[in-house]
Amino acid sequence: MTVREIAAEAYRETLPVLVLSAIGGLFAGLVLVGMEAELAAVPGLLVLVPALLATRGNVYGSLGARLGSALHQGVIEPTLDFGDERLNAAIAAALANGILVSGFAAVLGVVVLRVLGSESAALSTLVAIALIAGLLSGLLLTVAVVTVVVVGYRRGLNPDTLAGPVVTTTGDVVGIATMLVAARIVLAVGGG
Amino acid sequence: MVEGSAEWSVSGIVRTMLPLLCVLTAIELVSGLVLESFEETLLAAPSLLLLVPVTIGMGGNLGSVLAARLSTAFHLGLLSFSPTDDRLAGNAVATIGLSLTVFPLVGAGAWGLTAVVGETGLTLATVVLIALLSGLVLSVLAVVVTVVTTYAAYRYRLDPDDVVVPVVTNVCDVLGVLVLFGVYRVVA
Repeated sequence: MTVREIAAEAYRETLPVLVLSAIGGLFAGLVLVGMEAELAAVPGLLVLVPALLATRGNVYGSLGARLGSALHQGVIEPTLDFGDERLNAAIAAALANGILVSGFAAVLGVVVLRVLGSESAALSTLVAIALIAGLLSGLLLTVAVVTVVVVGYRRGLNPDTLAGPVVTTTGDVVGIATMLVAARIVLAVGGG
Repeated sequence: MVEGSAEWSVSGIVRTMLPLLCVLTAIELVSGLVLESFEETLLAAPSLLLLVPVTIGMGGNLGSVLAARLSTAFHLGLLSFSPTDDRLAGNAVATIGLSLTVFPLVGAGAWGLTAVVGETGLTLATVVLIALLSGLVLSVLAVVVTVVTTYAAYRYRLDPDDVVVPVVTNVCDVLGVLVLFGVYRVVA
């Protein structure tokens, strides 16, 4: 193949996924714009945005990849009734990772902001928002990833090509929307 | 990596992944701090704020797709790390072409969505120009980061799938924010 043919093939194969994820990203941005009041009310919240979004992609993208490989190899059953022990363990581990890393991001973020002498909300406020957002986004993305991968596999689709686009399209929107909900809950309860 | 019960126990999976996740989180906090330093600018120009997640996401996607393609080609013995390698060159050209296709649309979309919900803060032409230039710079950087990381994984005999994709995705995320603000400062 010539350079031109290789480039044309890569372009064709990748464009649909990029367009889908761009649409997801734009809607995530729209939620972020709608979050201005919370960003102003909770100093330091904006610092956590890239870390929490990346965590969603890293944790649930990896869950999708793991389930895809395992289905191919017949290691787990394509079932949605929580009857497969390994599937349950993978889901529990992804949720634990997602929540723990979100909390870690908040603690590290506050420490760095304090060291730099920048303004930040109370540690408890940011940690509470990160943990609630981590839990909510984890539940939503687990349902999305597991359902799409298992149902897709049952219908004869390749789970490897399904999980990536699902996580990149929904991950950012779910990631920011759950940060907004978590910030509102914590502000309503009296943090900040 | 699927065989063995340790790889399918909750603690096994957490122990394997958590250290890398924490390192990646620390990298991502750098872009968060850059965002924070521009908070007033972002709140005054909602179209720019709207571009933030999509630029971060596209940077990571361009890098991760290229990394996945290079890793597969490398596993199959189709790739050599030489500047004259056709597959390397073809994929690099495709990455830049994809970026130049999608980013102007993203810029127009960001401006349009902001216009629907309120003040845009910037003109349509400015937002499209910022998106286009960010996309161009970001795709070139994504190619460099991906090729260097894939080559490093090959030299140190690490599995490209386990290491390259997460590292490239997160480094490109950070570059996305840096490039967006660099371009904004030059253009606006």
